[in-house]
Amino acid sequence: MNSYHLDHLQHLETEAIHLMREVAGEFERPALLFSGGKDSICLLRLAEKAFRPSDLPMPLLNVDTGHHFPELNEFRDRRARQLGAKLIIRTVEDAIAQGIATPSPGEISRNRLQIPTLLAAIEEFRFDCCIGGARRDEEKARAKERFFSFRDSFGQWDPKNQRPEIWNLYNGRLNPGENMRVFPISNWTEMDVWEYIQREQLEVPAIYFSHRRKCVRRGGQWLPVNALVPPKPAEEVRDLVVRVRTIGDIISTGCVESPATTTSDIIAEIAAARVTERGSRADDKASEAAMEDRKKAGYF
Amino acid sequence: MNVPVDILRFNTCGSVDDGKSTLIGRLLYDSKSLMEDQIEALERSAAITGGGQINLANLTDGLRAEREQGITIDVAYRYFATPRRKFIIADTPGHVQYTRNMVTGASSANLSIILVDARAGVIEQSRRHTAIASLLRIPHLVVAVNKMDLVGWSEQRFLEIRAQFEEFLPRLDIKDVKFIPLSALNGDNVVEPSAHTPWYVGPTLLGHLETVHIASDWNLTGFRLPVQWVNRPHNPTDPALHDFRGFSGQIAGGIVRAGQKIIALPAGIVTTVKQIWTYDGPVQEAFCPQSVTLVLEHDIDISRGSMLIGTDHLPGASTQLQAEVCWMHPRALQSGRKYLLKHTTHTVQVAVTDIVSKLNLATLEPELAPAELAVNDIGEIRLRAAQPLVFDGYATNRLTGSFILIEPNTNATVAAGMLLPPAEIVKPENGDYVI
Repeated sequence: MNSYHLDHLQHLETEAIHLMREVAGEFERPALLFSGGKDSICLLRLAEKAFRPSDLPMPLLNVDTGHHFPELNEFRDRRARQLGAKLIIRTVEDAIAQGIATPSPGEISRNRLQIPTLLAAIEEFRFDCCIGGARRDEEKARAKERFFSFRDSFGQWDPKNQRPEIWNLYNGRLNPGENMRVFPISNWTEMDVWEYIQREQLEVPAIYFSHRRKCVRRGGQWLPVNALVPPKPAEEVRDLVVRVRTIGDIISTGCVESPATTTSDIIAEIAAARVTERGSRADDKASEAAMEDRKKAGYF
Repeated sequence: MNVPVDILRFNTCGSVDDGKSTLIGRLLYDSKSLMEDQIEALERSAAITGGGQINLANLTDGLRAEREQGITIDVAYRYFATPRRKFIIADTPGHVQYTRNMVTGASSANLSIILVDARAGVIEQSRRHTAIASLLRIPHLVVAVNKMDLVGWSEQRFLEIRAQFEEFLPRLDIKDVKFIPLSALNGDNVVEPSAHTPWYVGPTLLGHLETVHIASDWNLTGFRLPVQWVNRPHNPTDPALHDFRGFSGQIAGGIVRAGQKIIALPAGIVTTVKQIWTYDGPVQEAFCPQSVTLVLEHDIDISRGSMLIGTDHLPGASTQLQAEVCWMHPRALQSGRKYLLKHTTHTVQVAVTDIVSKLNLATLEPELAPAELAVNDIGEIRLRAAQPLVFDGYATNRLTGSFILIEPNTNATVAAGMLLPPAEIVKPENGDYVI
């Protein structure tokens, strides 16, 4: 191995920095979607690597579903302050109040309601590009999406009509009203994300690590008991030592029993894992094409 | 725990029913890269639609439209790792009309797997895919002769197919080709060696993927840095940053060292690298494909689209370009049409002045002066650019020798282009920078 060699994380990093800078070079009004979750934590570090010593040339944007874990929001706000970045938050509650989003009865998560909220924020700030932390290994529909994912003026993704992406040449040209979603960590796996968090010594919200929590057994998962998830009379409730592997809506994010208290523990746990990350998200189990349908409607 | 040392990117191509998706499913399944919920999902759809038989192809045929039609309609990316390597797979479909997707999936690949049905042997699609792999200069090729179980594991049949390939391979520019007999459906020679092929002494497919030498796939001669973004802090709180002016980009070739002379193009001005700035601190040298920010000795006019180069192994610079293109759009290319050409970080207007030839994929011979290039055609064209391009021949450098064409107004990406070697190299006439 000569000295002019990049290991797999360095390869993924330089690819992602290149994508970030292409966004800064080609778009007028980009935004970076930052939730405080582990994938977008990596995105922020990559943005620092791409743009320092300058300020980040884009604000952070978060769509708050009102079903977020409070630990996540606290972390999100703190991290944005540390970076000196502008953080824009738009809430699903407000979108419902304004009639932009309309919940249907019995809807389990607010994933669908995020869509009109996000699209309204894009319109409000006239963002022409949103950088997101989606990864192709997460889900089948994501596996088919480009780095530069073109969205029409309704925010829709057309999987059959994507722009070819050749070498590292990305076509970011848009007509008015159209939008680009850019996913710099498309090629990263869950393992890469944790290895990167470890290498860069990135702070992550405490709920990723093992802690004691009251959980209720529902739909084959342990859901965290909270104001939005009250246990029903016949349901089994237990005090467990758990962590979350992926953070979504608080009413559908399953906790996994785990003793992992450090990033190294988590890496060891993933190496031995027998289910995928999204196996703990009820929203993706709704149907085999759940994500495909959401993305076609404008989901990130 | 073993940490994989590097990444191998590969793509798979073959025609419909050659078993590409099954092969990928088999690689994932046998290398234990599948998780219980993925296997569960397979079983769920097997119970509903497959009469109880698990279909490994369902792992990659992700979209509803694909499952309904039983085909792969776009490039799907898959990831797996063994203790030796991390793999990124681009699963590219074999239908004639999706050649553009194969080009997409293959352009950044270290290796291409061409699948051949042992019963059918070499068909036009096999030639087409091999020709594209050669055109894209993918360093390594594997011909996976699949469905060997259906020809009774016949060594003779395997050798016949190999001979069919060797008939046209000399006309293509491929350095490293490996032939492997296998059955993706049953897993023979995919991850585990097969008991059915005692006459085959080579590695299994995974064994080959884990060991093929890829360290020299990047270009390390001739420094090139296409400037992506000018890094100039606004109102910095740190006074040391008041005059900071850096040029950020991904090194597209060669090595750069602090203190060395470089030339800024198209200005043609020579200056010195004062510092190689990175977030993790300044470094003494950096190489392709690292992303860096260069601080230069002199304050010269450089912006996105400029190219910083070393003083030896000079590139070409011209408004007259000649290239091989793969046409990707239903609206055919005719001579005289105008497009936007994106090369590295530089987008420029071009006119197609001439269609020199079109590649006949049955004979692999060029047909001279065709009327047009239709979708999925490959041909050689001449272009005239509104500003000079600083470039290398694609054979020398994949990153500074490639471009895409974009149709104005619709913004569709209509072609992938590979530049032929420049007729003239850059002559830096201005000499050293003088204030």
